[in-house]
Amino acid sequence: MSDHASDTAGSGEEPIFEAAEYAGGAVSYPPHPVGPDGTERVGTVDLREHEARVITWTMSTATPPGVREPNSLAIVEFEMGDDYDGPPVRALGQIAEREDDSGETFDVAIEDRVEPVHADELREPGAGIREPESQSWDGFRFRPVEE
Amino acid sequence: MERVAIIGASMTRFGQRDAWVNELLAEAGEAALDDAGIGGGDLDHLYVSNMASGEFEGQTGVPNALAHDLGAMPAYTARIDQTSSSGGAGVYAAWQSIASGASDCTMLVGGEKMTHRTTAEATDVIASLTHPVEYKHGVTLPSFAGLTARLYLDEYDAPRESLGKVAVKNHRNGVDNPHAQFQKEVDLDTVLESPVVADPLRLYDFCPITDGSAALVFCPESVAAEYVPEDEYAVVSGIGGATDTHVVHERADPTTMGGVADSSDIAYEMAGIGPDDVDVAELHDMFTILEFLQSEDLGFFEKGEGWKAVEAGVTDRDGELPINTSGGLKSKGHPLGASGVAQVYEIYEQVTGNAGPRQVEADTGLACNVGGFGNCVTTTILEGTQ
Repeated sequence: MSDHASDTAGSGEEPIFEAAEYAGGAVSYPPHPVGPDGTERVGTVDLREHEARVITWTMSTATPPGVREPNSLAIVEFEMGDDYDGPPVRALGQIAEREDDSGETFDVAIEDRVEPVHADELREPGAGIREPESQSWDGFRFRPVEE
Repeated sequence: MERVAIIGASMTRFGQRDAWVNELLAEAGEAALDDAGIGGGDLDHLYVSNMASGEFEGQTGVPNALAHDLGAMPAYTARIDQTSSSGGAGVYAAWQSIASGASDCTMLVGGEKMTHRTTAEATDVIASLTHPVEYKHGVTLPSFAGLTARLYLDEYDAPRESLGKVAVKNHRNGVDNPHAQFQKEVDLDTVLESPVVADPLRLYDFCPITDGSAALVFCPESVAAEYVPEDEYAVVSGIGGATDTHVVHERADPTTMGGVADSSDIAYEMAGIGPDDVDVAELHDMFTILEFLQSEDLGFFEKGEGWKAVEAGVTDRDGELPINTSGGLKSKGHPLGASGVAQVYEIYEQVTGNAGPRQVEADTGLACNVGGFGNCVTTTILEGTQ
């Protein structure tokens, strides 16, 4: 499994939400071998340590094999702090399910504050066309931050 | 560099077809050869634009099969895969083959066979172009459209109805296209009340799953009149290709398609024209929101103003800038590898005066073919010789 396909630091370790930091200070999720303007990777940023805001969201009802239906998704932008002047750091991810056993996901709106929450399996490996061993299937969903 | 002419073109009926990919390609290829008045043996190069015949049908090696079916041996063959923009990339490859002098006669055939798959299966084949961190969340191309549409409507204060009007317009245009999958008008209420697919977008905001094929024949402009009468060929006056990020959320502005802007800048410069000189355009309306984004990033309208042009009828067939006179992908259908070729087919028909009831006044036309969600783009400009 390639490193770039995984959000986690490795088996047995607590999963981190791994973004890459590059020379010059830019941060990207997912990590790339080369950063903006050809800069080299110099470190790792754990996005669990950052809150985010919803840029946009959708509820998809026509989902592929092995994906929950409906599937609520959002693009979120992380708050990287006043000292950060690189490109926006964003992620696309599923909206988390409520913890009331209803099976429904949280409602979100543009500008809502959210936080990442880890899920062991985001979709069923092998149900779709992609080779199950080619990538990881765990990752981070987003849930609203309680004000 | 040689100027490149298109001297023949064809497309099959788009829709649910009994034919498989090799048969579809042969049908369009044979018709385009007939249109140009040549045989397969006259071809130096033969390209096939196709995204996923292996994944959809278990059929690979399609260019070789087509060359054999059309008697084109020993022409050089290659398959061009650039996902949904395979057709546009094929136009680029065919243009390059002539412009460079590597070929004196090239045919491009684009085709895809999809409808034997369920919607879920076909959606997953297409979604396989996404990055692993996108794919594992179950993202699909329609869900990218829903995400972008919500942001666009919010950012530019556009009414939801404006997206529906793209579907209404393009279905209206498709009625007059005998090759279209849907030759049927829809009204705005039907669009707005259709089932939700990726909120806020509904069923009629999306193109269908389609089988079909289209073909173009290219040669140097200097010899085009030896094949067809002078007013029956078109010149590729500008062409450009560009790539944007693989990961969609990494773009600076998710409502801007950088590949569209970059590829059209190259095409405009080569043609020596600007967006105001374009008389008719075929845009990649796989989803209604994409017609807004492309019409802005091609420079036809200011950012955030594309929806107003649709509301005002500017892009209607009888408007100042007709967009998608063919019915677009929305009504005509979207057989992935064929779509970019079929877009250029429509512009070729328009600038040579052969578009029948869809004809508009056009000397210069533009086709914009988009792969992924703006990941790869080819913009092609044709000029008529009438």
